[in-house]
Amino acid sequence: MLDLLSGFVTELRRSGLPVSLTEHLDAAEAVKHIPLEDREALKYALAATLVKSSAHWRAFETAFEVFFAVRTGRSETGAEGDEGDEEGADSEGEQAGQSGMQGQGRSWKGGGSGEGMTPEELAELLFKSLISADAGLMNVVARNAVDRYAGMEPGRPVGGTYYLYRTLRNLDLDAVLERLMGQAQAGAAGGSLTELEERLAADEFKARIEKFRRAVETEIRRRLVEDRGAEALARSVRKPLPEDIDVMHATREELALLHRVLQPLSRKLAVRLARKRRHGRKGPLDFRATMRRSLSTGGVPIEPRFRHPRPAKPEIFVVADISGSVASFARFTLHLVYAISSQFSKVRSFVFVDGIDEVTRFFEGVVDPAEAVARINTEADVIWVDGHSDYGHALSEFHRRWGDQVTSRSSIMVLGDARNNYHASGSWVLEDLQAKARHVYWLNPEPRDYWGSGDSIVGEYAAHCDDVVECRTLRQLEHFVGNLA
Amino acid sequence: MSEASAALGLPDAGPPRFESLDAVRGGLARVGYLADESISGVVYLADRLAKPVLVEGPAGTGKTQLAKSVAELTGARLIRLQCYEGLDESKALYEWNYRKQLLRIQAGEHGKAEEEGPSWAELEEDIFSEDFLLTRPLLEAIRATEPVVLLVDEVDRVELETEALLLEILSEYQVSIPELGTVRASQLPMVFLTSNNTRELSEALKRRCLYLHIDYPDLDREREIVRTKVPGITEELADQVARIVRSLRTLELRKAPSVSETLDWARTLVLLGVQTIDAAGAKDTLHILLKYQADIERATKELLSASSG
Repeated sequence: MLDLLSGFVTELRRSGLPVSLTEHLDAAEAVKHIPLEDREALKYALAATLVKSSAHWRAFETAFEVFFAVRTGRSETGAEGDEGDEEGADSEGEQAGQSGMQGQGRSWKGGGSGEGMTPEELAELLFKSLISADAGLMNVVARNAVDRYAGMEPGRPVGGTYYLYRTLRNLDLDAVLERLMGQAQAGAAGGSLTELEERLAADEFKARIEKFRRAVETEIRRRLVEDRGAEALARSVRKPLPEDIDVMHATREELALLHRVLQPLSRKLAVRLARKRRHGRKGPLDFRATMRRSLSTGGVPIEPRFRHPRPAKPEIFVVADISGSVASFARFTLHLVYAISSQFSKVRSFVFVDGIDEVTRFFEGVVDPAEAVARINTEADVIWVDGHSDYGHALSEFHRRWGDQVTSRSSIMVLGDARNNYHASGSWVLEDLQAKARHVYWLNPEPRDYWGSGDSIVGEYAAHCDDVVECRTLRQLEHFVGNLA
Repeated sequence: MSEASAALGLPDAGPPRFESLDAVRGGLARVGYLADESISGVVYLADRLAKPVLVEGPAGTGKTQLAKSVAELTGARLIRLQCYEGLDESKALYEWNYRKQLLRIQAGEHGKAEEEGPSWAELEEDIFSEDFLLTRPLLEAIRATEPVVLLVDEVDRVELETEALLLEILSEYQVSIPELGTVRASQLPMVFLTSNNTRELSEALKRRCLYLHIDYPDLDREREIVRTKVPGITEELADQVARIVRSLRTLELRKAPSVSETLDWARTLVLLGVQTIDAAGAKDTLHILLKYQADIERATKELLSASSG
């Protein structure tokens, strides 16, 4: 057990979780106090001692599923029978499944249906399990579906995403959902459901289907672990923490995840900056307040009072490239900057591709920056000729229209990969702006190694910037914006 | 507990509070707190390992209530430290009552006229004794002789530097007062810290705690909570309430309805004598669940729109 735990902790560290030695010891201690055959309890014991942030939960869960997967073939009665209440219901199906599941897991018997289940039978069984919300039946169906559709090949170093996709595609869950809804409609009291009831029913069925999907995923994982061992699989399914996802190459799922973490992140940043501002320095002695305070100690000024300092807030100009490749990065940055806009005296934002447009107005009076960011995509006027990035034209246009509004209190952030499609660079604009503005920063979402390769001319601009920062992940972005205010 | 307290060099503080995982869960249910697996598991471990619990999660999911329920269950006194910005040692740990000390010194000076007053050494000994100590929640929890549950509420509101105050108490169950020496706990208090996650807590603090994330409950648990907490509600209505709230939480709202808001809503419906919720009825009472106009509009549009007309 201790070996398994050490392996697990190592895996957590590899996926980026900061697990200290004391936490490892705590986990070992905690494991002693819980019944080992209770898998849920083990999970929470490990989570409580090893994972100290809800953002890390996903990575933990993935690793846990791999390392402590429910193993079949061993202990027929012991481990499975004692699972948490959810799985308790399915012990019958589980047992039946195990007896037939030995070896390759190809032939499956028991549970009331024959060996070669036809696709129709399988679909019918799935439908039944969903409508009755029967977890045991769901697991049986998941196991069968994986047998039939996943087409797993032993020994291949994969994480199983494709197997999952293949299984689910064959089951056609959308059609199943429709059928479930149809059933619900037919079964309604007055012949048809009201909109509210329909919506509630749909959410209920979606939740059940999600549960089924997870059952399929667990099943695939389990087989992969059996095939290749936990550590090898852990390497394939390891997912980066949300803060470490490369924004430019994020998948759609990852982008959604980023959106979810962005809001708490920006709120934390705002709180931190507000506190830093208030407590950063002590102002001069407030003589009057000190004297008044001293009255309670007989005129002895025991506690001196200080005035609150009010440092000037910077004014921010965000100039962002929103052409295809870097668009999502620009969106995240704008979102973050506006979320903490109370820390700046003014934020003005401009977006460009080859033309440039001011988009500050979209953010005015909007509570949620995400809404405004969404509007930018559809409403901003950024195309000048052909819709390929032209930094030179965009910058000179910026200089012509708004250059005189840049003062010594302004900080300018340019966002982009500086891939200029071999147009003129227009770097004189930055040179001029740097002379006028307090700071000019360039945020580049590309890895530093790629800078200056191909049509990237970030080097040319760098000469006129106070700093050029590699900004690929939310962590880097947060760090930069935090230092800005 | 005895093992853990021995490891900490503390006097044995009695048998473990809980027999088993099920005992925790059953006990909490008895005092009206429906815990899920993870909550009862962590409470159980906290007792066995003698470690504080850091509870995080969205507002209104019963973080503070958990500490209160555990106190009630174990028959312990609840000592609560509400954190806020600017909280310092003198408000959290202890403070010397300097007005009283001042009086003591002055009293000594007046006595001098007749006979020799106390020497300075005596006086110093005297004014830095326990008589002049004002105990604040943290010290109080340590010095208590009866069982206590210490609740440090919204620990994320204090500054990073102030967090350090908590560290000694959390890992060693002791407080060092320079003039008096170290005060050690005579019993091990159960400690709960809650956080609303407005900032990242320091690694040092997290490392000393067990971590528990309480999220919105799932459908079944929420329904049970509604049924236990709202007297007179029918099974059917509780089910409907729980389902509507779950659907609301899947929408992208600025502030998703919390458990306490769900309960408020259920109570309102019971008071109004509602048997089943229809769209119009839901619309009229939606402002109890959602606190932003934009959210209410959105929910109305998504969930209740057409059928209300």
